[in-house]
Amino acid sequence: MLKNKFYAKFLIMVGAALFLSACANTNDEAMTEAPVEAQPAPAPAPMEPVQTGPAPGSQEELDQIMGGMDGSTVYFAFDRYDVDASARNILQAQANWMKSNNKSIVVEGHCDERGTREYNIALGDRRANAVKNYLVAMGVSASRIRTVSYGKERPIGTNNDRNRRGYTRVN
Amino acid sequence: MTHLKILLIALIGIIAGTISAHAVIEIDITRGNVQPMPIALANFEGSEAAMTSSGSVRDIGANIAQVVTADLERSGLFAPIDQRAFINSGAASTAPQFANWRAIGAQALVTGSAVLEEDGRVRVEFRLWDVLAGSQMTGLRYFTAPNNWRRIAHLISDAIYKRLTGEDGYFDTRIVYISESGPYLDRIRRLAIMDQDGHNHKFLTDGSYMILSPRFSPSSQEITYLSYYNDTPRVYLFNIDTGRSEMLGEFDGMTFAPRFSPDGKKVIMSKAERGNSDIFAMELSTRRIQRLTTHSAIDTSPSFSPFGRQIVFNSDRGGSQQIYVMDSDGANLKRISFGEGRYATPVWSPRGDLIAFTKQLGGKFFIGVMRPDGTGERILTESYFEEGPTWSPNGRVLMYYKKYPYDNRGGGGETQLWSIDLTGYNERQIITPLDGSDPAWSPLLNSR
Repeated sequence: MLKNKFYAKFLIMVGAALFLSACANTNDEAMTEAPVEAQPAPAPAPMEPVQTGPAPGSQEELDQIMGGMDGSTVYFAFDRYDVDASARNILQAQANWMKSNNKSIVVEGHCDERGTREYNIALGDRRANAVKNYLVAMGVSASRIRTVSYGKERPIGTNNDRNRRGYTRVN
Repeated sequence: MTHLKILLIALIGIIAGTISAHAVIEIDITRGNVQPMPIALANFEGSEAAMTSSGSVRDIGANIAQVVTADLERSGLFAPIDQRAFINSGAASTAPQFANWRAIGAQALVTGSAVLEEDGRVRVEFRLWDVLAGSQMTGLRYFTAPNNWRRIAHLISDAIYKRLTGEDGYFDTRIVYISESGPYLDRIRRLAIMDQDGHNHKFLTDGSYMILSPRFSPSSQEITYLSYYNDTPRVYLFNIDTGRSEMLGEFDGMTFAPRFSPDGKKVIMSKAERGNSDIFAMELSTRRIQRLTTHSAIDTSPSFSPFGRQIVFNSDRGGSQQIYVMDSDGANLKRISFGEGRYATPVWSPRGDLIAFTKQLGGKFFIGVMRPDGTGERILTESYFEEGPTWSPNGRVLMYYKKYPYDNRGGGGETQLWSIDLTGYNERQIITPLDGSDPAWSPLLNSR
């Protein structure tokens, strides 16, 4: 996450530089156009102090423990909602993390786009509840887990295998 | 409801001499691929000097003729003749010279007039002529506020359609749908409403939360839909006149896939309990909820038969998505779809004779119809993705949405509204300002 922030800043600065040079080029080529008014370059953003690690019980901590956002996601087979072996490992780690704090979480259920809207909303609810049930079986209190199904309305990419997923986020 | 009535139309009634003994021309809309009937639609006569808030009465007359022409043309049943081919202008004040209309191939002729009344209303009259028989088939007169001329045009379209096909039209109707915008991975989905022909478009929600699957009440100015307000998917009731919405019941689990009963007194929907979706009916006056299915499978997309005696719905209790029918109390449940593939989103025709559905087979999606006993399956259209048919109030046209495949560069994923005749011909896009999905057709507005 911290690393990402640095990357983001780096990209913004590179982007700004590219933008400025692009402007310059445009002016060179389009001689007939009125010159663009010179503007002061934005001052570089001040450096933030580097943190020692994500706050306990935060989304960042969960993601870090799980090895990124991807680690907080379990995947399902087409039209299925059973928690398979690889999903169980992830959910076991999530359950352990849940026991180390008192946070509540939201489990999102998602489907791929190759299905009808209403059926997929129901299927996403099945998936989110399958994840919840597994966490409860691992000893997490059901009252700390909310589920929400987005059906097929929130894909994360064009790969349908990765859109059939349950994602755990800190509430 | 009330504001519609006020805007409308004192329909004075049939102009004398209307009924011809036997209509020579007619269109059989039950047959596929009918030859569109050549029809001449003259501009409705009006005075250029008579000014209203919506332009001169002459302009209103020309605009009405244009809207009627577009309505009839879009139906696929009529071939309006270009006005530039007219030998006569089609003056309403004199009897038509039928030979001149026959000469340009017209089988039917519509003439009309618009007059500004002393009270500020506009009086619109039209007559439909059988050119071959040389007789009037129908004629009606309307009074309305000048800015309501569009509705008059749609009412006239409906009257012409009815006289020539023997069935009610569907032009004086509205469409509620989901307006979609933004990139494929971050879509904004909000409620929008428009006339059946795309005019008078209006957004009803601002897009700060997702709305899906809107459906019209058959009896009031209300819509029911699924809203993700507060990140909590629940069924809501929305009043078009007041703009107010309310959640239908407080439940632990998600509610979704709502639809009104034919009398407007109930909403049937899916309710999920710990991941299991079953079908429930809610009485709107008492908010009492009645469970209709009890099965560990997904039961969703319920739709009443026209008299409310039966319900068709979607379930995967047999292992894959199929269509089932049961009595309105949940009894006598039976599966009706047995073809190849998965079946979803069944919707009972307002005529009762057919059930429209979405089918998924071999990487494609289809819109089709079958009889309520499951026989006579007929596929009307197919593409990469399409779903969610809604019936025109006369049960002759289906509207649905298509989605285009997206690519790895982030393109594609557009959604569009389309309609097709029940006969499987005349597929047309319904143009919307942004992308559109989940259309729902209103009843005939004037019949409420």
